[in-house]
Amino acid sequence: MEELDSEPTVTLIPGVNSQKKQMCFDWGPGEMLVCETSFNKKEKSDMVPGCPFIHIIRKNEDVYSQILRKLFNESHGIFVGLQRLEEELTGKSRKTQLVRVSKNYRSVIRACLEEMHQLAIAGKDPAIGRQFSIQVSSLSAMELIWNLCEILFIEVAPAGPLLLHLLDWVQLHVCEVDSLSADVLGSENPSKHERFWNLPGNTQTLTELELKWQHWHEECERHLQDGTFASSPHLESLCKVMLGDEAALLEQKGLLSTWYHFLVTRLLYSHPTVKPTDLHFYAQSSLDLFLGGESSPEPLDNILMAAFEFDIHQVIKECSIALSNWWFVAHLTDLLDHCKLLQSHNLYFGSNMREFLLLEYASGLFAHHSLWQLGVDYFDHCPELGRVSLELHIERIPLSTEQKALKVLRVCEQRQMTEQVRSICKILAMKAVRNNRLGSALSWSIRAKDAAFATLVSDRFLRDYCERGCFSDLDLIDNLGPAMMLSDRLTFLGKYREFHRLYGEKRFVDAASLLLSLMTSQIAPRSFWMTLLTDALPLLEQKQVIFSAEQTYELMRCLEDLTSERPVRGEPDAQQLQDDDVETTKVEMLRLALARNLARSIIKEGSLEGS
Amino acid sequence: MFVARSIAADHKDLIHDVSFDFHGRRMATCSSDQSVKVWDKSESGDWHCTASWKTHSGSVWRVTWAHPEFGQVLASCSFDRTAAVWEEIVGESNDKLRGQSHWVKRTTLVDSRTSVTDVKFAPKHMGLMLATCSADGIVRIYEAPDVMNLSQWSLQHEISCKLSCSCISWNPSSSRAHSPMIAVGSDDSSPNAMAKVQIFEYNENTRKYAKAETLLTVTDPVHDIAFAPNLGRSFHILAIATKDVRIFTLKPVRKELTSSGGPTKFEIHIVAQFDNHNSQVWRVSWNITGTVLASSGDDGCVRLWKANYMDNWKCTGILKGNGSPVNGSSQQGNSNPSLGSNIPNLQNSLNGSSAGRYFFPPLDSPRAGSRWSSYAQLLPPPPPPPPPLIEHSCDADTASLQYPHPRRRSLSRPLNPLPENEGV
Repeated sequence: MEELDSEPTVTLIPGVNSQKKQMCFDWGPGEMLVCETSFNKKEKSDMVPGCPFIHIIRKNEDVYSQILRKLFNESHGIFVGLQRLEEELTGKSRKTQLVRVSKNYRSVIRACLEEMHQLAIAGKDPAIGRQFSIQVSSLSAMELIWNLCEILFIEVAPAGPLLLHLLDWVQLHVCEVDSLSADVLGSENPSKHERFWNLPGNTQTLTELELKWQHWHEECERHLQDGTFASSPHLESLCKVMLGDEAALLEQKGLLSTWYHFLVTRLLYSHPTVKPTDLHFYAQSSLDLFLGGESSPEPLDNILMAAFEFDIHQVIKECSIALSNWWFVAHLTDLLDHCKLLQSHNLYFGSNMREFLLLEYASGLFAHHSLWQLGVDYFDHCPELGRVSLELHIERIPLSTEQKALKVLRVCEQRQMTEQVRSICKILAMKAVRNNRLGSALSWSIRAKDAAFATLVSDRFLRDYCERGCFSDLDLIDNLGPAMMLSDRLTFLGKYREFHRLYGEKRFVDAASLLLSLMTSQIAPRSFWMTLLTDALPLLEQKQVIFSAEQTYELMRCLEDLTSERPVRGEPDAQQLQDDDVETTKVEMLRLALARNLARSIIKEGSLEGS
Repeated sequence: MFVARSIAADHKDLIHDVSFDFHGRRMATCSSDQSVKVWDKSESGDWHCTASWKTHSGSVWRVTWAHPEFGQVLASCSFDRTAAVWEEIVGESNDKLRGQSHWVKRTTLVDSRTSVTDVKFAPKHMGLMLATCSADGIVRIYEAPDVMNLSQWSLQHEISCKLSCSCISWNPSSSRAHSPMIAVGSDDSSPNAMAKVQIFEYNENTRKYAKAETLLTVTDPVHDIAFAPNLGRSFHILAIATKDVRIFTLKPVRKELTSSGGPTKFEIHIVAQFDNHNSQVWRVSWNITGTVLASSGDDGCVRLWKANYMDNWKCTGILKGNGSPVNGSSQQGNSNPSLGSNIPNLQNSLNGSSAGRYFFPPLDSPRAGSRWSSYAQLLPPPPPPPPPLIEHSCDADTASLQYPHPRRRSLSRPLNPLPENEGV
């Protein structure tokens, strides 16, 4: 495909003097920041800040329009349906379906158009009305182009029906065509015309039609040559019109608002069985005749002409610039691609035009706080770069509420986007920790499968417990399940809480052996052993013997390990422990309790075995 | 493209940098007035300055956000020879009530003996790491081993570049196939024509950064440098701001072909070079998907560059100062972009937003008598010669409006009122 030269769009930034200053900028996910600056650090002369404003630049305005959002929402459903159509149907029923899809798209445009039009005429402010009517004009151009593409590329109407479709097309899009045709048709011999125009019916072949039409045409010509209508100039010009005389038609240019209206009229009277392949010839000459060198073709003319030439790529290219609206080109291209009409062009990154346009459209949707959800499905149907684009976009969605975060996570989880899931959960875990919401932080870090962070949050829980003597978020900790295995510290937290539950339920023996195992299996951090041993104290003081002799030895070993290593390691905790009278007393109390329990357990075990 | 809002920055001197956070809900600005300001976007879309504080004892060149996985963390660098790391503190109910947030300095990085010209956080998969570069020609890489304790940063690497450094860029690729990589640019303007861009790669074995490549063709002062997001490609894309905008691709040569253990070698190609800024180019930066490059230059414009699917790079948009003051002193601009009166170009409203201006010539904005505008098919079409558009605007003659005949509207099924996709 050859490139057309294009001029970039210019966006004016108020208050910035580009003659003297430069701009610094930054990209955001959906917006850009621009601010006046001066990069040349040597020129310090102009110390007065010029424009003290930061400007927020948005790329895509369409997504902020309420009415166009309906267009996006509705067409999204059609798009998704079309992607499913792919495997199901073949042959004729497939074509019928594709035509139906095309009509659905057009009906959405038309509904939008009508709503926009209502707003345009309802508004009191003429400036707003003008804005809307520009959009109306743009939407109606889209529908006009789409309709023609539907006839030529999707219906693929053959000679005969082709003209019927084109008549419908002109009639639908040229408002005054009804009155015009009434004008023309009304005054001629209607029976003659109608009889002709019921063709080609089911009973007649195209050749028969052509013969009959030829006959009728010759008859008209004879009448004209014989001067049958010489007395009446009006009738004579009418007859010329019916013969498809170009000059006579052009005299009525005022009634034919556009060149394509002229084209269809001309075909109707001179080449009713025009073949699709000949269309471009008549289209070009109609355009030339109609413009008559007075003006040059405009973008819409070029688009329609490209369609008449069956140059689909040119249609899409021209539409891309003229409409500058990704919605139109993305959906039309996708539909034409489903019609197997696009040769695969090998593109940058190995992508193709359909995907290129869908990616652009979907990226635009992601700039919006809720339309991004539609964008996800478009990315899903871009086999080359859809996935990676979705990954880059979705992690940027602001996680303003938990509900929104869950929505984003669901999208990622459905697509096994593990890194994005991890990152989002991590962001939320970090946010929760900073706000001291430990329960939330823990559940997000479990979901992120972030062992280090789970350890960190578990430590916070344990620290809080040591300070306050109770746990928060019991529900969460009691129901950790297998998630407990994520990190040793989390396992410890869960098990330690389980100890408290057993203790509360007065299942002292179970509680005691769990407590001991926490130390002997090294799950409990050393810094926490003193707390655990202190927890053992009431169990040691129970009336019945709970810790066996062997268990008591283990406990004693743990205590001695802890107290003997303290001076060596010299940790602040240990130092504090040693210095602290309370702690010293605690150790002595523990030793006493352990010794007493050992004595009791030996006696108990001895007497049990003896009996 | 259109200006959605203009916000009075209220800095007392030149602003040197503006920076969006990861989600685009916060921004930071820094200035020669030695301060940094943080701005937050409210639910209604208004921006409010929530913190402003003196950060350095010299001009602050750059401000940048850490990834939100590490919390709310900023780094700044300054003419005062330091870089600093800042963290937002939650709590302080008084501040919250006033809508203000509180930022504390976690560390000052004082290793440089000259102005610190750039500061960038490493890609998040590398942990919380920070690179600075300075006029003394040294790139320094710092790490915070404990992400919950940002007061401890250790200087992990010092890379000597021999030339005064102006800018750095981390390669964002998280692929295991790619080692951590950092590109450094120099704005040294002494007459010796040395290459101004060097690329360093981390070597797992030596645990050091070693020079992988030097872009020999870039000999003029370089002001900014930016790796593009990787998109799963095997090669890297690097944009450079020098006397023009340049885009390079760096394709790793297969390892077995190079001497094992040494740094990766690259096939380097220049894929685009633009001198549209006329003179020096000061900044280059990629959008989040790496599909558009923005550059800012001496012509006072920001230009947007995009490759089409033929891998052909073109300027697709220009942001240009209009030289006239911002209307009034209102700090918020347009709240309704579709209808705002200071949209520079009517065409932007639907048929002219820059989105599509990519392959082709622009369409003039609808003008009086244009056939394009008269294609508003629901409006009465203008008789030839067409009168000015304004007379055909919708309020002109509603009675003559003709919708297509009902029988022709079979395809125009009524649109079901959709619940708006609000409140995500």
